[in-house]
Amino acid sequence: MKKQPSLNAKEMETRLNALIDTEFSMRCFTEQAQQLTRFNRVQQEFVLHWVEVLTQTSEDFADQFVSISAKALDLMSQESIRALILQAMDAFDEMGALEAIKILREVESFAKNEAKKQSGVALDDVSGILEHFVCGLNGRQLKIQSALESYTDTENIYLPALITHFSNKEDNFRLYKALLVHQWAQTWYGSWRIVEILQAHLETLEKPELFLSAFHFFETIRLDHCIARDFPGQYRDMYRLRTLLTQQLEQSWYQKTKILCAHTATVKDSYLLSKQYYNELSPTRCCYQGILQLDQIIQTMSERIESEKARFKIDLKNILDEIKEKNIAPESQVVEEKFHVDIDKSDIDGELEITLYLDGEPVAPPEETLATLESIIQDLGDIPDDYLVPAGDGDYTLEARSNKQDSHNIWGGVLQDEGIYLYKEWDYLRQHYRKDWCVLKEKDVHPSYDHFVTKALQQHKGLIKSLRRTFEALRGENKRLKKQPFGEDIDIDAVVEAYADQQVGLEGSDCLFTRMQKEDRNIAVMLMVDMSGSTKGWINDAEREALVLLSESLETLGDQYAIYGFSGMTRSRCELYRVKRFDEPYNDLVKARISGIRPQDYTRMGVAIRHLSFLLNEVAARTRILITLSDGKPDDYRDYRGEQGIEDTRLALFEAKQSGIHPFCITIDTDGKEYLPHMYGVANYIVLDDVAKLPLKVSDIYRKLTS
Amino acid sequence: MQAHALKPEEHYIVDEPYYEPIADEIQVFEAAYHNQLPILLKGPTGCGKTRFIEHMAWRLKLPLITVACHDDLTASDLVGRYLVMHGETVWMDGPLAKAVRIGGICYLDEVVEARKDTTVVIHPLGDDRRNLPMEKKGELLEAPESFCLSMSYNPGYQSVLKDLKQSTRQRFIALNFNYPNAELERKIIEKETGIDVKIAKQLVKFADMTRNLKGAGLDEGASTRLLVHAAKLIVKGVNPVAATRGAIGHALSDDDEMLAAIDELSASLF
Ligand SMILES: Nc1ncnc2c1ncn2[C@@H]1O[C@H](COP(=O)(O)OP(=O)(O)OP(=O)(O)O)[C@@H](O)[C@H]1O
Ligand SMILES: [Mg+2]
Repeated sequence: MKKQPSLNAKEMETRLNALIDTEFSMRCFTEQAQQLTRFNRVQQEFVLHWVEVLTQTSEDFADQFVSISAKALDLMSQESIRALILQAMDAFDEMGALEAIKILREVESFAKNEAKKQSGVALDDVSGILEHFVCGLNGRQLKIQSALESYTDTENIYLPALITHFSNKEDNFRLYKALLVHQWAQTWYGSWRIVEILQAHLETLEKPELFLSAFHFFETIRLDHCIARDFPGQYRDMYRLRTLLTQQLEQSWYQKTKILCAHTATVKDSYLLSKQYYNELSPTRCCYQGILQLDQIIQTMSERIESEKARFKIDLKNILDEIKEKNIAPESQVVEEKFHVDIDKSDIDGELEITLYLDGEPVAPPEETLATLESIIQDLGDIPDDYLVPAGDGDYTLEARSNKQDSHNIWGGVLQDEGIYLYKEWDYLRQHYRKDWCVLKEKDVHPSYDHFVTKALQQHKGLIKSLRRTFEALRGENKRLKKQPFGEDIDIDAVVEAYADQQVGLEGSDCLFTRMQKEDRNIAVMLMVDMSGSTKGWINDAEREALVLLSESLETLGDQYAIYGFSGMTRSRCELYRVKRFDEPYNDLVKARISGIRPQDYTRMGVAIRHLSFLLNEVAARTRILITLSDGKPDDYRDYRGEQGIEDTRLALFEAKQSGIHPFCITIDTDGKEYLPHMYGVANYIVLDDVAKLPLKVSDIYRKLTS
Repeated sequence: MQAHALKPEEHYIVDEPYYEPIADEIQVFEAAYHNQLPILLKGPTGCGKTRFIEHMAWRLKLPLITVACHDDLTASDLVGRYLVMHGETVWMDGPLAKAVRIGGICYLDEVVEARKDTTVVIHPLGDDRRNLPMEKKGELLEAPESFCLSMSYNPGYQSVLKDLKQSTRQRFIALNFNYPNAELERKIIEKETGIDVKIAKQLVKFADMTRNLKGAGLDEGASTRLLVHAAKLIVKGVNPVAATRGAIGHALSDDDEMLAAIDELSASLF
């Protein structure tokens, strides 16, 4: 293509005048047009394009852009200018024209920042890696969030949104990692085991900040020793960063803090050193230590400690009940019911071997109990004696229900309506089923005839093609293949032919068998889609896209499938939204319903599972699968929170399994690991760490699940 | 070099295969064997099931016949079939029949992969009948006392179509395998590769990190097998981070972010 010549000043001005009104306003673009002649045609067209876009928002706004455009082109790449405009447009939408114009005027400082960003690293770009990384390290699950400074509340780790400290990306990323490891180390090596003593002491001081920063200084030294011992590679990185920024520890401190490098050093040693030295210290902050937010730590910890204690005691009671149930012969042995815990640290550094004993015999607690145990030990260093007393019956009734209404008279009459079903629900506190407890109604999703499906199909064209290919390969047909080199039966025709061939002196073929090819798949799959309020926004988009792609794949495969959304509020208003019934073809109406899926209220999962299992068992198929797409725990208004929701859902799934259904859950809740194994079983769920991957992964998971 | 075919007498394992007992599995296996009970080895991939069965074959001085199961495996593949040879039909024993005849251990590896109608042929062998009907040949093969049926099964498998039938699994004594504890795993890596203790320790720790990621981005953590592989590379002079990447990271995931994270974990240790 021939390069087009630049526009001259006259031409430029004419083009600008055509875009922005100059006749009825005082505007004049002569000077700006003159300045823009310095640039090539591509750049000029770029400016004109954005002027045109901006006029849609406001002419003043566009006008402002024209006046900075030459400077912007001097300072930045087109990519960065685009970012500037987008930022200004966002500001326009949120705060109005003045703010937006201000942003455009600050083009110089924006350009400077952009330059830094070139070598800087943004948290958004690396949080995926960092999250996997910290999950691999050990201990309690920690979430990564962005904040101005780096700190932890012992459940989240906060990191700055952008790091531009160093002039190259590599080192900036190292700094992220160092910040993260330091915060993780605080939670893993027990910096907060004496947080209450620390807090109490701080309250007695005139200048608590001074003491706190001394404490942080010594604690950083201690943690660095731990890291050096357990993660030598990581320590080398951290040491290098300090050196680069000349933040090495002063020589004299090595002597004074010798005690901190011992294997046995604890946070108490840092605390004592702080007491000793805080007055004579002007501690230097090192680049990866971040700040301490004691208030947040204390709050998060005390809430967690309390709830984990309760949970652990209830777990112990369950373990005890289970064991008692197994030893049916009453009084066969005297059960003292004494638990104790053994923590073995001698293993490979840092790893704990925890064993739970009942009356001297080791018992194997369920995985969640073990996780709770580990978390408690992480907080407290060991398991205090009062934790080891199983919950009494009284603890259950603490939350005695005020709701004593008889289940039948709440909705007398509604049952006559069609499409209303009553389902039982497991009451966790009472440990029994409540009959006819939930009222469930089937509804149709309101179809939305927009371009969502077409767009999704267009956007994933390539992917759909390759999905079709993989799924076609899966589509088995019941065929007896003849003349095979191996197989379960002799192919008499082939044998006769070969025999005859040999008789006449030709070489007989060795393909003499018949073989059955894979049978019909005969699978029915029910897709149960979370339509709770929390899916609002891009989760909903991702779910809908995933459904489009999966439907395409399932059409290729020929498996029977149905799609239902679930939501509702309270037990008297549980709702299932039909998107596609088993007997409905995948047509425009279904597509419009997929597109019409909108977030509703809560997730009362048990009843949805019971009803969909019922529907699934109505269709004829050899294999029945119930796949849940979800974004979190079961939850409903008040009475379906926490254990109640989880336990009822677990039982509903258990009932489904009993009836021959295979349940499987795909979730984007990264906490899913904590409760899903309990509900679905170890191998029957998958956690996607990135919503954006949902459409891509769902078909893939389905393929793995059924091949 | 010439390929050579194994004859039954060559199925004996002469040299002791190195096996580090994790719990009382050797004892349980022996007890089951002497009571002529079939044995199911359950556990994730690469945790030593195959090595264990080899070790037991050596220990009990029995020939070992292993069948790798796949979804095309038919009953005749196990039992045997007629072949046409020199214008005549000749019967060929399948590996299962062969193992029964010579009174050895038949090990069906990854048995869920086989079609369900295939696994049914082992049922009479798996209960106190202890025989193998060879329908096509019209013969009923009685298993001698020394014959032992065993199979392996990975319960972490996610395909709903490949679950082991209750009627199959309830015939077997199950031995549950898992990755050995840190101390043992370190010892295994050292013995298998002669690697330095310190690096072996770090490898075990690294394995633990990947196991923390199971269910949070990884389907499975690093198995003992992968650690042995990485150690072998390191012994040959490959840099540890590169070795863990090649031997472990890429074996566990194709996801770029996950691979980067695994690399960082490795770099933090070595
Ligand atoms: N207890 C053990 N003693 C000695 N070596 C072991 C032990 N456990 C694992 N290994 C090592 O791990 C490697 C892999 O083990 P093996 O091949 O037996 O796995 P597997 O359980 O059969 O896996 P798969 O299910 O994938 O077949 C062995 O080659 C050996 O080096
Ligand atoms: Mg094996």
